[in-house]
Amino acid sequence: MSDCHSCSSCSVATAPPPARASARPHVVAIIGPPNSGKSTLFNRLTGLRQKVANFPGVTVEQRVGRAKMNNHREVILVDLPGVYSLNPRSEDEQVTRDVLTGHMQDVPKPDAVLLILDSTNLGRHLALAAPILSLKLPTLVILNMADDLSNRGGQIDTGELASQLGAPVALISAAKGDGVEKVFQFMAGTSAGTTSLAPPKVELPVLQDVPRCRQWAREVGIGAAYQAPSPPLWTRRLDAVFLHPVFGLLIFLAVVAGVFQTIFRGAKPLMDGLQALVQMSGHWIASVLPAGILRSLLVEGVWNGVGSVIVFLPQILLLFLFIGILEDSGYLARAALIADRTMAKFGLQGKSFIPLLSAYACAVPAIMATRTIESKRDRLATILIAPFMTCSARLPIYFLVIAAFIKERPFLGPFLGTQAAALLGLYALGFLAAIVTARLLKSSILKSERTPFMLEMPPYRMPTLRSLGLRLYDRSKVFLHRAGTVILVCAVVLWILAHLPLQNGKPPDISDSFAGMIGHTIEPVIKPLGFNWKIGIGLISSIAARETIVATFGTIYGIEGDAHSVGLQQALQSELTPGGAFALLIFFAFAMQCMSTIAVVRRETGGWKWPAVQFAYMTLVAYVCAMLTNVAVRSGLFT
Amino acid sequence: MVGYNRCRTGPPTCRRELGVLKKKPDIDSTMQLSVNRDANGRNTPVAPKTLAHLKEGETGTLDRLDLPEDVARRLMELGFLPGHTVVPARSAPGGEPRVYRVDGSEVALRRETASRLILRPPSKRPCQALEP
Repeated sequence: MSDCHSCSSCSVATAPPPARASARPHVVAIIGPPNSGKSTLFNRLTGLRQKVANFPGVTVEQRVGRAKMNNHREVILVDLPGVYSLNPRSEDEQVTRDVLTGHMQDVPKPDAVLLILDSTNLGRHLALAAPILSLKLPTLVILNMADDLSNRGGQIDTGELASQLGAPVALISAAKGDGVEKVFQFMAGTSAGTTSLAPPKVELPVLQDVPRCRQWAREVGIGAAYQAPSPPLWTRRLDAVFLHPVFGLLIFLAVVAGVFQTIFRGAKPLMDGLQALVQMSGHWIASVLPAGILRSLLVEGVWNGVGSVIVFLPQILLLFLFIGILEDSGYLARAALIADRTMAKFGLQGKSFIPLLSAYACAVPAIMATRTIESKRDRLATILIAPFMTCSARLPIYFLVIAAFIKERPFLGPFLGTQAAALLGLYALGFLAAIVTARLLKSSILKSERTPFMLEMPPYRMPTLRSLGLRLYDRSKVFLHRAGTVILVCAVVLWILAHLPLQNGKPPDISDSFAGMIGHTIEPVIKPLGFNWKIGIGLISSIAARETIVATFGTIYGIEGDAHSVGLQQALQSELTPGGAFALLIFFAFAMQCMSTIAVVRRETGGWKWPAVQFAYMTLVAYVCAMLTNVAVRSGLFT
Repeated sequence: MVGYNRCRTGPPTCRRELGVLKKKPDIDSTMQLSVNRDANGRNTPVAPKTLAHLKEGETGTLDRLDLPEDVARRLMELGFLPGHTVVPARSAPGGEPRVYRVDGSEVALRRETASRLILRPPSKRPCQALEP
C-alpha cells in the first residue's frame, strides 16, 4: 500500500516516470454512466479472468478482472459502479470517488482510467468527463456504440475531441469488439509508463454544478464537430408494440408466464437428471469405500448435503439466462415500467418485480438480482420479502405432507383437485405474507427516502451469446461457491450431531444422538404447533436447506427419503395429527429455513443485522401462524 | 388573484388546474405565484403547466424543478435541465409511469414526479426558450 503515494505522484508527472517495480500490478479503473456498455467492455477485456466481490464495508458490487496484454504483462481492471457524476450522494458515487482518489480501503489507487461513454448520447455523457479529467489520472475516453452512431447518421471528430480534452479518445464498439485493440494499446502504454498527460485545451467547469457541466459538454461536443445521431427508429417501433396499452400488457404477461413455466417445467428434467447423477455417484462412492464412519460422513453428510444444492443449479441458470436476455435486450426496463403501478400499491417499485418473480425459483438468485434496484430502501425491502415467495425447495415437504394428509377429491369441479388447491393456497399465502410485510416495512422502518422512480429506457439491442455465457458462468460460480460452502458445513455439522456421541464405538440411535437431544430439548417449544421431537430434528436440519427435512425424516424413520415415498407418508400419518400436519405446511410457508438465503442476505446487506431481523421476523410469523392453524384444525374449525 | 389568472387561460386548462387544486391547494398556489413572478419579468396570465400536463407527442420546455435539491440534481443528470425540451412518449398501461424524451435519451417518471417539473410558459419568442 505504501507505494501508492509514489504512483500517484508519477501519474501526475508529464515526463515518463522511472520504470515501475514489476511486483506492483498495474491497476486500471473502468468508469462510465449506466447503459454506456461498461460491463460489456469489462467482459471483453477480461473474459473469464474476473471475480465478483463487494467493496469492503459497503454493499456495492466490485468486479475485478485481469486483462492480458500483447507483451504478456497483466493489468488489473476494476469495474466501478455506473454513475452520472462524482457528486457523492449515493453509495455508488461515494465508492467510485473513493476508489479513484485512492481513499478506498484495500483497493489500490488506479494508475489509469478508462472512461466509457455512449457515443450516441455524447451530449449528456460527456458531462462525466469533466470530473474524471480533473482527477489528472491518465485517462482514455472511450466512445462506445460506434456502430450505432454511424448507422444512425451521427459523427464525431475524435482527433479534435482528444486535443480539446487533452486525453486520447477511442471510438469503439465493445459488443462487436471493433476498436478494442486501441484500449489495449492505451493500457500497454500506461503500464509501460510511456503515456504522458496533456493539459486539456478547454477549461473544466465547476464540478458540482450540473447545468454548467452539461453546458461544458455541449461546447466540447460542438468543438469536436459532434453530430448527434437520429433517433433510434427500431426502438420506437418496438416500443409501439411492447408499450402498447393492450398488446404491451399481453406480451408482458406472456413473458412472465414464460419465465415461470421455464423455471418450473423446463428445469425439471435437468434437475431430475442432476438428482439422479448425484444419487448414482453417491451409490458409487458408497460401493467403493469400506462401510464405516467415513463412508457415512462422505455419502450421507457431504454428498447428499452438497447434492441437494447442486440440484437447483439448472433452475438458477435458466432463470439467469432469462434475466440476461431480458436485461441485455432492453426489455427488462419496459417490464419494470409496466409492473411499476402494481408494485407501487405494495409500496415497492417496478424494478422489484423481476427479483420477486425469480424468488419463486429460489430466493438466493432473486436476492442477487435486486442489484438492479438503485433505491437502497426499495432494494432492502425487496430482499427482506423475497424469501416469503414459495421457492422450489419448499416443494418436497409440501408434496409429502399434502399427499399424506389431504385426500384427493374434486375441489373446483374437475379442474382443480383438493391437493392442487392446497398447493395453490400455500403459494397464495407466501405471496400475501410478502406484500403485507412490504407494506409494513415501507410504512415504518423503510419509509421511502423520497427518491422518486426514475428509469432510463435503453435502446433495444440484440443480446450477445458471449455476454449471456459470461453472465451464467459468473452467477453459477457465485451460487455454487457461496451457497455450497455454507451447505457443506451445515451438512457435516448435522451429520456429526446425528452420529455422536458414539455408543460402544457405534453411532447412537437417533433418539440418543446430539440431534435427538436437541429435538427433545425443543419439544416443549414446538408442542403447541403439534410437532414432536422427531419433527423438531427435521425443523433444525431444515435450517440448512428446506428440502433436507424430507431426507432427515427418511433417516429418522429408516426409510429412503423421497417426497413420493409411501412409507414416509405412512410414517408421518402415524406421527402427526392433521392439525400438526397443516401447522407444518404453514410453518414452512413462512419460516426462513435456508442457510444459503441467510448467507446471501448477509452479503448483500453488508452485515448480520438484516438477516438476523429477517430470520427472527419470519420465524415468529411462522410460529404464530402454525400454532393458530394447529389450534384451529384441532378444534374442528375446518371440517 | 390566483383564480382570476387561472380562468383567463381558458376552460380546459382551468378545469384541470382546479382539479389539482382540490387535492393539494398549497403547493399548487405557490407554483402559480412564482411562475407569475418569474415569467420574463412580466405578469404573464398563464397557468403553470407541468410535465404531467403534456400529452403524448407535445413539446414543452423545462423551467425549473420543484423538488428537493438531491432529487432535482439526479433528474438534471438524466437530462431534465431548465431550458431543455421534453417530449412525452408512451406510458405503461394505465397511463403511468410515462416515458419522456429528453436530451437524447428516454427516461420514465411517475406522475407525482412529472407534476413537479414545471414548464416555461409558451413564449412568443420561441428562440428564448431554447436558451439554457
